[in-house]
Amino acid sequence: MSSFLKINLPESGTALPSLRSVNGLLNWLTTVDHKQIGIMYLLSGFLFLFVGMAEGALMRIQLIIPNNTFLTAFEYAHLFSMHGTNMIFMVLTPIMLGFVTYNLPLMIGANEMAFPRLNAFSFWVFFLGALMVYFSFLAGGAPDAGWFSYVPLSDFFYSPNKGISYWALGILTMGIGTTGAALNFIVTTLTLRNKGMKFTHFPLFVWMSFLNSFLILGAFPVLNSNLVMLLFDRLLGTHFYTISTGGDTALLYQNLFWIFGHPEVYILILPTGFGIMSEVFPVFSRKPIFGYGFVAASSVAIMLLSFGVWGHHMFTVGYGTAFNAFFSATSFLIAVPTGIKVFNWAATMWKGSVRFTTSMLFALAFLVDFTTGGLSGVAFAVVPTDWRLHNTYFVVAHIHYVFVGGVIHGAMAGVYYWFPKFTGRMLNEKIGKLNFWMFFIGFNLTFFVFHFLGLLGLPRRVYTYASYGMPYLEILNMISTLSASIFIGSFFVFLYNIFYSLRHGKIAGNNPWDAWTLEWYTKSPPPPKNFNTVPMARSARPLWDFKHPEDPDWKRESKQKKERL
Amino acid sequence: MLAFLDPIKDFFLQMFQAASPQEKEINHLFLYYNILGLLIVITVTVFILIGIIKYRYRGPGDNRAPEQSFGNIRLELLWTIIPLFAVIFFLVLTIRTMNRINNPSVGGQAPFVVIVAHQWWWEFHYPGNDVITAGELHIPVNQRLLMRINSADVIHSWWVPPLGRKTDAIPGRDNYQWIDADSVGEYKGRCSTFCGAHHSAMLISVFAQTENDFSTWVANEKKEAATPTTLSEIKGSAIFQAKCCGTCHTIRPLSGGRVAPDLTHIGSRTTLLSGTLPNTLSNMKLWLKETQKVKMGAHMPNFNLSNEEIDNLSDYMEALK
Repeated sequence: MSSFLKINLPESGTALPSLRSVNGLLNWLTTVDHKQIGIMYLLSGFLFLFVGMAEGALMRIQLIIPNNTFLTAFEYAHLFSMHGTNMIFMVLTPIMLGFVTYNLPLMIGANEMAFPRLNAFSFWVFFLGALMVYFSFLAGGAPDAGWFSYVPLSDFFYSPNKGISYWALGILTMGIGTTGAALNFIVTTLTLRNKGMKFTHFPLFVWMSFLNSFLILGAFPVLNSNLVMLLFDRLLGTHFYTISTGGDTALLYQNLFWIFGHPEVYILILPTGFGIMSEVFPVFSRKPIFGYGFVAASSVAIMLLSFGVWGHHMFTVGYGTAFNAFFSATSFLIAVPTGIKVFNWAATMWKGSVRFTTSMLFALAFLVDFTTGGLSGVAFAVVPTDWRLHNTYFVVAHIHYVFVGGVIHGAMAGVYYWFPKFTGRMLNEKIGKLNFWMFFIGFNLTFFVFHFLGLLGLPRRVYTYASYGMPYLEILNMISTLSASIFIGSFFVFLYNIFYSLRHGKIAGNNPWDAWTLEWYTKSPPPPKNFNTVPMARSARPLWDFKHPEDPDWKRESKQKKERL
Repeated sequence: MLAFLDPIKDFFLQMFQAASPQEKEINHLFLYYNILGLLIVITVTVFILIGIIKYRYRGPGDNRAPEQSFGNIRLELLWTIIPLFAVIFFLVLTIRTMNRINNPSVGGQAPFVVIVAHQWWWEFHYPGNDVITAGELHIPVNQRLLMRINSADVIHSWWVPPLGRKTDAIPGRDNYQWIDADSVGEYKGRCSTFCGAHHSAMLISVFAQTENDFSTWVANEKKEAATPTTLSEIKGSAIFQAKCCGTCHTIRPLSGGRVAPDLTHIGSRTTLLSGTLPNTLSNMKLWLKETQKVKMGAHMPNFNLSNEEIDNLSDYMEALK
């Protein structure tokens, strides 16, 4: 008997298996390709969307009848805290980052991001942070002080379980990833864009993503420093937010939170809402965006103003007339550039040839619902109205009209628009129409009644409402919960459509919509190296110029400019 | 003829109840704002509807090639400038209304009532009348009275919708607000900033009374607690002292705790537990027996009282008129 083990050496000539050569899951886990990372952002965003929706559904079940005992007050507090955190940081943020990571290099004719490894780092750090927040459920209790965790309620003394520590640590981790991603977007746009592509030739989605990255760079570090101080208070016994140390420490936290918090709203809606709208409306109206310059310039205005409006979250804290009047004025002012955009998108369809694809339907619904949400938001700039509506269901209605009516409508339009590019197959339009109508009707029925609930006097974040003794609460809550089932159903139709279309969808080809931006020039799905050759961009619609050499945009633009002068 | 509209009318009246000049100001401003908002939503929707109907793609035979136009500076300026004027108009209205609601300015004045919010109840201290009570605020009608609002623990928010604006109760900070009811009655309010698990059970009752009724109420509140008379009440009083309830609760002259609601005249209140239960003997017993069931997470510990002790203590409480 031999005392040696026999080792089977690989036959000469076959390569050793390595992470790089193996396809499948390992490929996705180790990729630095911006397209794969973009898709992973989107997938995790939609995964957490279902989690957040489940949390929302549990809350709606609790509220369907007064004095329901389905959830306790504590469980309800965990659920609404996680629902908000989940939707803002783990759904809307990664969906935004996903669309930008995937499309930005393609739209500027680049083959990769400027820092591919930073790109992968940003995604994994985000994913780790999200899991860390959810780990709190296993580690002894989820966060229970709302998605903005005001001190002193979030201090160790009032919330002694570990939830808020995990919350702060997880969001801090995600914030590091997001900040890295923003830096990456800026450098990519500046250094890797197509030769000849001037700022005035950026597709508007690129404009929005580019401006948005500066917003992220300004806002997230403030959030992160705030979270570090909260975390140190909770874990190390520091006294950044200890009330008895004197000073308005409770308000310091609020100021810092909303200096991040209000730009965050624009961070979420700039690319996913405004950017995607500015691509979808022109393509499905078969004409260029109405007032390219105004749409881009109004976004610059929004970016700058958004850092000066945070005070409208704090009109009831007693800061006095000067503070209130200033933030009322800035909040009114920021409505103007937002309104300009709505008019421009509507005017884009004028004299066009409007195609009612599912993507376009979502875009149209965006216009109506986002206008409603925007106007209910300006109601909070009217300070006395804010004194009445602050922290009621009216706010809940408003944020859902902005985040679902705005951002998620935009995301759905974006998925229906770019799915052919992502996968090479079209999403099924018939299932898509069903998806749209269930979404539109379900969403509006569920959330419109919240306006009335708020006006009747129902505060947000209450787990039951019978003892308020107000009429109409029961019937309105019943309507909302029943409609929510239609709304949630629409996402399952969406899921089905994706699985169905991945196998049976029509083959898309390079440019199924006959669109004009550079991502449609390459194959669908694009090969790892996006482009071998790429047409030079001399206008915002390089593929139009490419297809119509006799009538390119850049010639027409200069002609129209001369006429104007 | 228009009877079928009555429920709708009632619905809107419920949303815009107002019993103070402040709330009327707010409702008027909100009405004007809603008119503007509706105008905009309708304009946008009609504009979109006409656009998509008139310029829709009419199927494979439709070979129109839309003119590739890039916009129109005049139109752009039009829909930049008109909204600009609209917001300036509303900014002026906002500031004027704001000043009327907060008028006169509060610098250096002594408050009529000091409100201290706690997890999860309200303490009312009338410095001028030397009265401390909890849960139910009494005010004389038709007077503009100053409230000072702060908090003993986390952030709460004072809000009685028919009586006007809300103000946050923030630990370490004194906030001021005018209260001003224009007719006699009971007005319901509630805490409107999430303040922990029982945020939803932190209700407010404001009783606006005539000057006479208010003085009678103050006179009664100023008295010391009623002396127990029946055997059960006397036993109850003894339990109150034996179990050290006075560490947190005040019953003048027995004890002076300020951590929990003042019980000197608890029997005269209409509700228990910041407005969540009617003040009846059986509810008092239920609360003492099943403290954590009635209000899970409440800061009052369960003293594991026997049934007899609960009966005695409840009798004593309800006798404190």
